[in-house]
Amino acid sequence: MKHGGWCCIRDGCISMSRADEHGPLVDLGYERPQLPPQARNMSPIVPRASIAGRALVAVVAIMTFLASMTTGTVLLVSASAAEWQSDVSSEITVQVRPAAGRDLDRDTQAVADVMRRQAGIIEVRPFTKEESAKLLEPWLGTGISFDELPVPRVIVAQVQPGTVLDLAALRSRVTQVTPTASVDDHRAWIERMRSMTGATVLAGIGILVLVIIATIISVSFATRGAMAANRPIVEVLHFVGAGDRYIANRFLRHFLRLGLEGGLIGGGAAMLVFGFSESITGWFSGTPVGDQFAALLGTFSLRPSGYLALAAQAVLIAAITAWASRRTLFATLDDIE
Amino acid sequence: MVRFENVGLRYGLGPEILRDLSFMIPAHSFQFLTGPSGAGKTSLLKLLFLSLRPTRGLVNLFGRDVSLLGKDEIADLRKRIGIVLQDFRLLDHMTTYENVALPFRVMGREESSYRREVIDLLKWVGLGERMDALPPILSGGEKQRAAIARAVISRPHLLLADEPTGNVDPTLGRRLLRLFIELNKSGTAVVIATHDITLMDQYEARRLVLHQGRLHIYE
Repeated sequence: MKHGGWCCIRDGCISMSRADEHGPLVDLGYERPQLPPQARNMSPIVPRASIAGRALVAVVAIMTFLASMTTGTVLLVSASAAEWQSDVSSEITVQVRPAAGRDLDRDTQAVADVMRRQAGIIEVRPFTKEESAKLLEPWLGTGISFDELPVPRVIVAQVQPGTVLDLAALRSRVTQVTPTASVDDHRAWIERMRSMTGATVLAGIGILVLVIIATIISVSFATRGAMAANRPIVEVLHFVGAGDRYIANRFLRHFLRLGLEGGLIGGGAAMLVFGFSESITGWFSGTPVGDQFAALLGTFSLRPSGYLALAAQAVLIAAITAWASRRTLFATLDDIE
Repeated sequence: MVRFENVGLRYGLGPEILRDLSFMIPAHSFQFLTGPSGAGKTSLLKLLFLSLRPTRGLVNLFGRDVSLLGKDEIADLRKRIGIVLQDFRLLDHMTTYENVALPFRVMGREESSYRREVIDLLKWVGLGERMDALPPILSGGEKQRAAIARAVISRPHLLLADEPTGNVDPTLGRRLLRLFIELNKSGTAVVIATHDITLMDQYEARRLVLHQGRLHIYE
């Protein structure tokens, strides 16, 4: 017989060991089953059904979807704006206005020559009279004689990328040969474009912050609800010596899983929308709305890095869900003895 | 092991329900805590279990002043205390086996390391056939035995039991008392709060009698 680590109840006698000796508390002797009992599937300490999971998954999914749509749109606008800006900033336009006593063709040619001599300019293309008329056709219609109209002539010059031109000197040389010419480097337009893009990005960040705050509030409410529903479990866990960290971890697993589920659904739906958006915009091509949209945002397709950003954002929202839940858990556990 | 000095307790702004309690519970001791209904037995047990903090006075548990303990330290101390409450506090979604094994699970032990011990104890308290039953279908007596088994399974240094034989027949009551006595012989200090004079008469032990918020000790 082993001593000190067990007890027996044969013939009405029982004896026990100390807690730290790790023997069985009660030995049933001949009553003990001969075969070792099977390993048991233990129930989770916090039952999953006790947490309002579906509602929380739906909230996180919707929030992630909205956040992903916002981020995706901001990325698209930024990419298109950057493309526009780089196109426009590598171009200079010179406008030569007709004036009494001056030959417009000769003036245009003289300005084009000055432009060609300018270092850093790689291509100069003066628009002909017919091309200028073509530009005005959408507004004035066809069949109008432009000889009677004071239509200015446009010269478009391509600047070598990375070159900084001395615009003041160029302007001075151009106006020396033709006083009615004006040089436009589109700076004002680029500035407007830049501020529009900045405003779009700011608005996107604002929406993201609101979505994240709403997610945190929703998750906090859901966590409080779950804790209230499971208060008896928390109390019993305290009785058997479980610390707050142990208890919080039991709940946290559920909330992390719910957050990941919601993030996956919302983020996945947003990725599908962006994935199919190219073909969807294709259906509207040729219509005025479709053309304007395409002019503004290009093909409406995200780059691979954009999809990566959306996936990272879904994970971030799941992590925020877990964090908000953990914070609320510890705050609530403080109130439960 | 436990030392109370001039301890008082009141709930909120109400009257003091425990007054000037000064006593000791030595290691390996056995005592009944008794007194009329409403005398404050359960409140005293809660003070001993660190569920309540005294309004005044000093409570020293396992050599520690409880007023200085943080939540983690309280959780650690509770691992050395077993408690049986009147309302059993079993978890309804867990089987009887899982409820009794809960202290081991919280300690982080592998199920295989305690399975035999839990099954043997359940058989001993007469719940061998009810191991896989959920608490809602257990009778009051069965719930009480499961709650007792959960409190003693980890062989605590201090066992607190609030009316532990209130819902069982006299034969099983004696059997449970024997379990407490043997637990005490193995080194656990036992405090049993009870009204049951018959139970107290079965075992010669120190009696702590609460009356009108004050404690009288009969060695």
